[in-house]
Amino acid sequence: MSHDLVDAMANMREAEAMDLAQKMLDAGEDPLQVLEFCREALEIVGKRFEAGTYFLPELIMAGEMLKKISQTAKPFMKKESNPRAEVTGKVVIGSVKGDIHDIGKDIVTFMLDINGFEVHDLGVDVPAEKFVDAIKEVQPEVVGMSALLTTAFESMKNTVEVINDAGLRDQVKIMVGGGSVDEKVRAYSGADAYGPDAVSAVNLSKKWIGTK
Amino acid sequence: MKERWLEPAADADQNQEEQFANWLSGKGTPFVNSEAEADYQARVMLMKDAIQLEKTPPRIPICPSAGFFPIQYANVSMYDAMYDYDALTGAWEKFCNDLTPDAYNAPTTVVPGKVLDILDFKLGQWPGHGVAENSEYQYVEKEYMQADEYQDLIDDPSGFFMNRFFPRIFGALKALQNMPLLPPVNEIPCIPPALFPFGDKNLQAAFGHLAKAGEEAVRWRDAVRQLNGTIMGQGYPAFSGGFTKAPFDVIGDTLRGTREVLMDMYRHPDELIEACERITPFMIKSGVASCKATGHIMPFIPLHKGADGFMSEEQFQKFYWPSLRKVIIGLINAGMVPQLFAEGGYNQRLEVIRDVPKGKVVWWFDLTDMAQAKKTVGQVACIAGNVPLSLLCTATPDDVKAYCEELIDVAGKDGGFIFSTGAGMQGSKAENVGAMIEFSKDYGIYQ
Repeated sequence: MSHDLVDAMANMREAEAMDLAQKMLDAGEDPLQVLEFCREALEIVGKRFEAGTYFLPELIMAGEMLKKISQTAKPFMKKESNPRAEVTGKVVIGSVKGDIHDIGKDIVTFMLDINGFEVHDLGVDVPAEKFVDAIKEVQPEVVGMSALLTTAFESMKNTVEVINDAGLRDQVKIMVGGGSVDEKVRAYSGADAYGPDAVSAVNLSKKWIGTK
Repeated sequence: MKERWLEPAADADQNQEEQFANWLSGKGTPFVNSEAEADYQARVMLMKDAIQLEKTPPRIPICPSAGFFPIQYANVSMYDAMYDYDALTGAWEKFCNDLTPDAYNAPTTVVPGKVLDILDFKLGQWPGHGVAENSEYQYVEKEYMQADEYQDLIDDPSGFFMNRFFPRIFGALKALQNMPLLPPVNEIPCIPPALFPFGDKNLQAAFGHLAKAGEEAVRWRDAVRQLNGTIMGQGYPAFSGGFTKAPFDVIGDTLRGTREVLMDMYRHPDELIEACERITPFMIKSGVASCKATGHIMPFIPLHKGADGFMSEEQFQKFYWPSLRKVIIGLINAGMVPQLFAEGGYNQRLEVIRDVPKGKVVWWFDLTDMAQAKKTVGQVACIAGNVPLSLLCTATPDDVKAYCEELIDVAGKDGGFIFSTGAGMQGSKAENVGAMIEFSKDYGIYQ
């Protein structure tokens, strides 16, 4: 049955996956094991995305299935059990000041989260100072900035400068992304790297934190 | 039920010639002198030649997408541009007179803020309403149509928009949810019950708001029309004159929202496809009507959810392309030239979108590889684009010119090319915009 859940989820068979998860939990299967199968499925989804056979719809569907199965599993969890394995690292992320778009950022947040990162999502239209405060409080290894608008490039540059002025630039690696962002914008803003999609955000973060 | 818009009608060619003749005539444009009229017609011919793919024009038409750039260029705030029509038209005149691109972009995307205020618009934030004075307006993405409403949309698209969607997105029009269904009002005894809602103060108030908003919209339109005449009268044709969208985007952009419509391909595939089919005739009719209203041949069609990364090739072929292609054919049948602005990348779409009648559409690209585009879809359609905004916003004039040179060499070979930007130019450095236009007008002359 376990393989079936991974298979159903990785192949986008939502109703089947939900049904299987419920049956497993009802039959007394360890909820942590069920969530582990989910993470196995998500890994397959991520690999297929990198291989170019899966795209945004599959990332979103996988996220939805994980969310629903997590909710289903919650009442079955023992109070003491910690559902999260060791935290891979910490990320502060937000859409920069002047930009209220969030869909891309939310997908990155989700992908980082299921890959074991502790993500502090500051939301949208985030002033540079709020990034600084979050860095001081959370002490992340990675900071992510998102923008869709071309008029937000200046805001990205400014945010990096303010982080620098606060003496925090060397403590973090900064990655940027968003619909209109590319390597030129990365260079202009002073960020460390640019990622074209959510999976590259995960890969960059893993590389910087030193995991495989 | 018969299948429509699969292939162009027999009179499509003739209709296109008629529409080109109409656009070329510049009827109703107050040309300042006969030289300006000749300049206008010469510029239209540059685009006609590029579109029809029958001959190479004397030079490449240089048609960047102005976007909101003219506003920042004139040091006007976005707020003023949306609320002060003199400031708006002044900014546009400065841009057009200083930088002189071949085609004119009317400021129709700078919507009048007062109209949004009167109707209490909820789909966006704009200066004075949630974003800063200098911010462009931004869309607030949500699920404005629920999944279980697909059948209602399919049964009656107009009724759905009137009774459900508009009451949700316009605070001042909530009472429209009480509007009666119209087809049942078809003989004497049907009339009184159909009228009861109109006796209600709330619905009357909603119509009052619409009237006020309509009057303000007309005031704005008159100011913009005057501006259009001033610029076009000096010899500059507009780049587009109408508007429509892909049916999938109508459903995905502001009804279901991005996340939901992409999941609908898995969860509600049949309803999604049927809804796209039901929306198709509306998008054809409004595309044609908007062009006829301006005497132009090209409706602007921004394409959103079908870009690279947003879906697979199979999903594009199954969900996005069929109804869009019908809209394209429907427009072509009326003699119009669809101006398909493929936002994002279309590198994985180039083979599919080749399936259009030759010399009848413009494919305008953003992040797509223009060399690949030229080899594929460029063999059947005029291609346009694609100076990147990241370059215009962050690089130097020399970088910009280098890009323009390569773009013109690759995409402009043997005609069939309209030079443009990959998106609206907001955020660009003025010196880069100037360098781009000046260099390209010169370099784009066919030797």
